[in-house]
Amino acid sequence: MSEPHIETPAEADAANARPFDRPAPEGTGTGATAPAAPGEDVLLEVDNVTLRFGGVVALNEVSFSLRKGEIFGLIGPNGAGKTTCFNAMTGVYRPTSGGIRFQGQSIVGKKKHEITRGGIARTFQNVRLFPEMTALENVMVGADAHHKTSVIAALFRLPRHHREERTGRDRSYQLLRFVGIEHRAGDVARNLSYGEQRRLEIARALATNPTLLCLDEPAAGFNPAEKADLLALIRKIRDSGVTVLLIEHDMRLVMGVTDRIVVLEFGKKIAEGTPAEVRDNPAVIAAYLGVPTDAA
Amino acid sequence: MTTEATSSPAPQTPVPGAVSAREKKNRRQDSGGVRGWFGRQNPWVRAGLMVLFAVLAFLLPYVGEIPLIGPQIVTQGIDWPSALFNMSYYVLLALGLNVVVGFAGLLDLGYVGFFAVGAYTVALLSSPDSVLRTEWGWTAAVPIGLAVAMLSGLVLGYPTLRLRGDYLAIVTLGFAEIIRIVATSTETLRGDRGFSDIPHPPGEFADGKPIFGVADAVPYYWLGLAVIILVILGVRNLDNSRVGRSWLAIREDQEAAEIMGVRTIKYKLWAFAIGAFIGGLGGVMFAGQQGFMNSQTFVLQFSILVLAGVVMGGSGNIAGAILGGALISYIPDRLRGIQDPIWHTDLFGFRFAIFGAVIIVIMIFRPQGLIPSRRRAMELKDREKEVAPIE
Repeated sequence: MSEPHIETPAEADAANARPFDRPAPEGTGTGATAPAAPGEDVLLEVDNVTLRFGGVVALNEVSFSLRKGEIFGLIGPNGAGKTTCFNAMTGVYRPTSGGIRFQGQSIVGKKKHEITRGGIARTFQNVRLFPEMTALENVMVGADAHHKTSVIAALFRLPRHHREERTGRDRSYQLLRFVGIEHRAGDVARNLSYGEQRRLEIARALATNPTLLCLDEPAAGFNPAEKADLLALIRKIRDSGVTVLLIEHDMRLVMGVTDRIVVLEFGKKIAEGTPAEVRDNPAVIAAYLGVPTDAA
Repeated sequence: MTTEATSSPAPQTPVPGAVSAREKKNRRQDSGGVRGWFGRQNPWVRAGLMVLFAVLAFLLPYVGEIPLIGPQIVTQGIDWPSALFNMSYYVLLALGLNVVVGFAGLLDLGYVGFFAVGAYTVALLSSPDSVLRTEWGWTAAVPIGLAVAMLSGLVLGYPTLRLRGDYLAIVTLGFAEIIRIVATSTETLRGDRGFSDIPHPPGEFADGKPIFGVADAVPYYWLGLAVIILVILGVRNLDNSRVGRSWLAIREDQEAAEIMGVRTIKYKLWAFAIGAFIGGLGGVMFAGQQGFMNSQTFVLQFSILVLAGVVMGGSGNIAGAILGGALISYIPDRLRGIQDPIWHTDLFGFRFAIFGAVIIVIMIFRPQGLIPSRRRAMELKDREKEVAPIE
């Protein structure tokens, strides 16, 4: 850490390594953790999820599960249902059938903000920041998710509220530093460069104190150097104790960072395994490169 | 494979620009938002300016004493303190509507409904004409009036806040009309006959004369001003807190806000309830000063006028709302008693025409309002860049 901070380098390192001042899994609103699946330390379980829009089957009996502390890749060609799967997990869509369990609790039918408070945060494929809010404010909105005081306390500027605002602000600065854009804190989000906006989105998602962070094509539009930086950031996030679910298009990027991968095609899971296993899977190769029509 | 290049967890980010000590110090008080000229000033300068404005506002009833300029400012067809009081409740309404429209971005076309609910509750509880026959004092009726107004905000808000934009506007428009028509046609609310002898606020001078009498409107204006100052402080506190941030986030991208953990329904309801509360405040003040009111008081134009004031002054900005609210009341009152040179009729009759022209001119040359919120001005600029839907 070479940049100047107020904190001693040791404090700054500690802050960078672990931007979350609260142990993630317990007491996050989803209640006590129910018994996980036998053997594995399962964080999220997608169980036979089907999602139909009218006649279109966007997801067809997709099942997979995420283990705590891993970087999990969800890949597939365009239109395979990756983002739909994300949306089902974060409460944007409700699965037509099947279950999604997070820390042993079903999250199907829960409201979006409840799921966020429960510990799943996400970014968007096309950046969706609050464009006229400053970078700092964007992150503070995320940090507010776990604040207790509300209108009455804010109206009368009660000390409790003041404290929460201060800790929220401090943590937001920490997170901006964590993703490397602290110097843009006071700038309006839409004036940030594309790469900075992507980083800001990650900081905002991290501010909600997630156990699971879902990144929707975070490297889209990045050049190789930026991609390398992003990979390092994703690892840093994982090392700070957050499980990462990564949707990605770029196979090389996914292969480089993930522990396990699920491949979707036309809404169906066609492969699952370590990067090496998936890479050699004929179905995956077919999905990405296409196959001669007579073989299909 | 880029594995070699990326496996080291070395500092991958561009070295962040140095953060100066001064900047660090600023952060302590800062709400982190976009600051206008006023927000950039030293806190003492800000406090001083606010006190100065407040003192000047309290001295406004005597502005006519200033030679040359004074007589140009004061109204002629209506006594100046009464005009000032009218301005004070319009400003209150503009402040309240600014919370709903300016902060939370919910288009409310029926804001007069809450004003009516506050005024009618006070009238019902205190007027001798009321079927309740309670004949409470003004002070006792006020808290109930405010509570009922706030409740009406929640009752209207809960089922309708799932609607967006134009649909919400239509429902709120309907709400105000329902209130007015119910007031016109039900026996309990006495329609055009209205309520008379609504008590004035209490208090006496040393010589036994009531402070809030019929003849002198200055005390009412001062009371209104005091209420306005309290409302400004409260609204500003909200705007600079997580509540203001939540409203802003909802306004900019509701779905993204929700996914970031903002309880959108809750904060929209609060915006509605707070707006209704402030509207009710205007209503109870109005009832207390006029002593008489009927269903004709609460016509639809009234809502539109207040909305015009907010937009004209600068939606989303407290100072803008105050200016807009004051102008919508001042301009027509100032026109009273002035005769046009051709037909020799009172210009007050042309008030809507003149007013319309003023609004058109403002909207052409300053669409973001007279004192715009910096953020709203930016939003206006890239209104065409609509938020992309998920996936």
